[in-house]
Amino acid sequence: MILVFIEHKNCVLNKTSLEAIAAAQSVGKDLGLVVKAVIPCDKDCALGAEIAQYDLEKVIIAKNDKLGIYTPDGYADAWEDIIKHENPQYVIMAHTYQVRDFCPKVATRFEKEMLGDCIRYSNEGGNLTFTRRIFLGKLDADVTLSGNAPHFVTFQSGAFRGDNAESGSASVETVDVEVGEIRMKPEEPFQEAKASVDLTKSEIIVAVGRGIKSEENIAIAQELADALGADLAASRPICDSDWLPIDRQIGSSGQTVAPKLYLALGISGAIQHIVGMKNADTIVAINKDSEAPIFDIADYGIVGDLFEAVPVLIEEIKKAKA
Amino acid sequence: MKIIVLMKQVANKDAVLRIRGDEKWIDESDVSQQTNESDGYALEEALQLKEAIGEGEVIVCTLGKVSAKTVIKDALARGADRGIHIVVDDENALSPYQIAKTIAEAIREEDFDLIFGGLQSDDASFGQTGVVLAEMLDVPHATIVIEVNRESLGESSLRVKRELESGWYQWFEYQLPALMTIQSGISQIRYASLKGIMAAKKKEIREVAPSVESFASAQQLQKVYMPLKTKQTQMLGNGDAKAGAVELVEKLKTEARIL
Repeated sequence: MILVFIEHKNCVLNKTSLEAIAAAQSVGKDLGLVVKAVIPCDKDCALGAEIAQYDLEKVIIAKNDKLGIYTPDGYADAWEDIIKHENPQYVIMAHTYQVRDFCPKVATRFEKEMLGDCIRYSNEGGNLTFTRRIFLGKLDADVTLSGNAPHFVTFQSGAFRGDNAESGSASVETVDVEVGEIRMKPEEPFQEAKASVDLTKSEIIVAVGRGIKSEENIAIAQELADALGADLAASRPICDSDWLPIDRQIGSSGQTVAPKLYLALGISGAIQHIVGMKNADTIVAINKDSEAPIFDIADYGIVGDLFEAVPVLIEEIKKAKA
Repeated sequence: MKIIVLMKQVANKDAVLRIRGDEKWIDESDVSQQTNESDGYALEEALQLKEAIGEGEVIVCTLGKVSAKTVIKDALARGADRGIHIVVDDENALSPYQIAKTIAEAIREEDFDLIFGGLQSDDASFGQTGVVLAEMLDVPHATIVIEVNRESLGESSLRVKRELESGWYQWFEYQLPALMTIQSGISQIRYASLKGIMAAKKKEIREVAPSVESFASAQQLQKVYMPLKTKQTQMLGNGDAKAGAVELVEKLKTEARIL
């Protein structure tokens, strides 16, 4: 049996959990295992009925008063209890920030580790090989599991499609779980500055990364954006340096976009950035490093100095639009 | 206040990577090494916390081969007080559980108040050594910390701000001892001063020769390779950026039909 984690905040689903369901269903088919979903909550979670509409053996609401707001201690205790009762072969989760926070802790209690951030897996006669990205996306690693169950596997956002999760009809069961002392006091989550720029609706995005080198050089990217009628965006280091405001950040800690054209200037393409833009229709990368991972997902690539390429681009675009 | 900072040596970010003959890792022979990026920020947070309190000890702990001592020396030059070097030849063959177990044994007697580390390494990117270590040492943890509220430091508690996804954040209060993994880019990392470099020479580095326990449930790395391309990328300009720009506009007009 496979247990799949359903992540939520105040009973509102985190959509990556549907990707986890799709992943678990796929592994389940390959290995002939049924899938049960687990929702930690402090009440008879409203999400139960929603998740019950997928092809699952059962939806388990792991209930305890201390699970209203996420803490790693609370979630680890709840999962430990559920795993001991269910004895799953696999525990599958989406590799979110929350899962990174508690999943390795749970695994350690079973003298296991998390096989984290997988981008795909293959099945050969019931033996699964998982693939992870390493070296900031420059290389792939094929990894196998060893030892006894349970195995803890997390998949990167986008590795499976949530709308591929097969629908069905599952029963919902609420189980009271044991949660011990919570050693950290959580406050309410909040949004720093309400995102004033909504890049999710942009048709064309020009994004800058470390390769832009200085704050003054942002102007040239802005000029290109203006010529294209595009919005300007950035990778994390640019926003960390305050060269552009945080609401321009694309990636796992910023916005996730899917414009018609995404033009990446001096962005190497770390995983955290790529998950935020890989669904763009057309991706253009300009980077001096021919090995930069951004070229793996680009439709068009220019290896070279962006400061040489961009002025020519601006000129040619103006001509083309004239 | 005693703060242990976990720091790792990794291949330089911009290095061109070649795969080793046995396809189990990269060929490290001609790759320059550096301190893992987020670990540098972990050290900075520890130093700033110590300075804010006006007393304390910052101890750098590195697991790695002999060459990894550079990471410790650099940290000592920036202001750390002493180092622990857990010397292993093949840290890349170890799984996160083994690494955490080995570190736990080496620091168990240190009577620490805090452990800081980066949120993940830029090479293996397991992203869990800190969490596993915290569980083994039976202390609470927080991952992806982007602010340590130094003013909040009480008798034995500390408030930290965690980054959630999609622009959300959350403050947590922790009882010490605790372990925090630190996000990159959250502060300005100091350089080593000449005085610091001189002072570092007199600082202690304790070497630990660990007995790494075998671990039945270790994830087994089978093969490392260049990522399979999911897209057919058209490379334009053949190394000439200006020519590439001209070609690109043509492609955007005729193929992608965006212009």
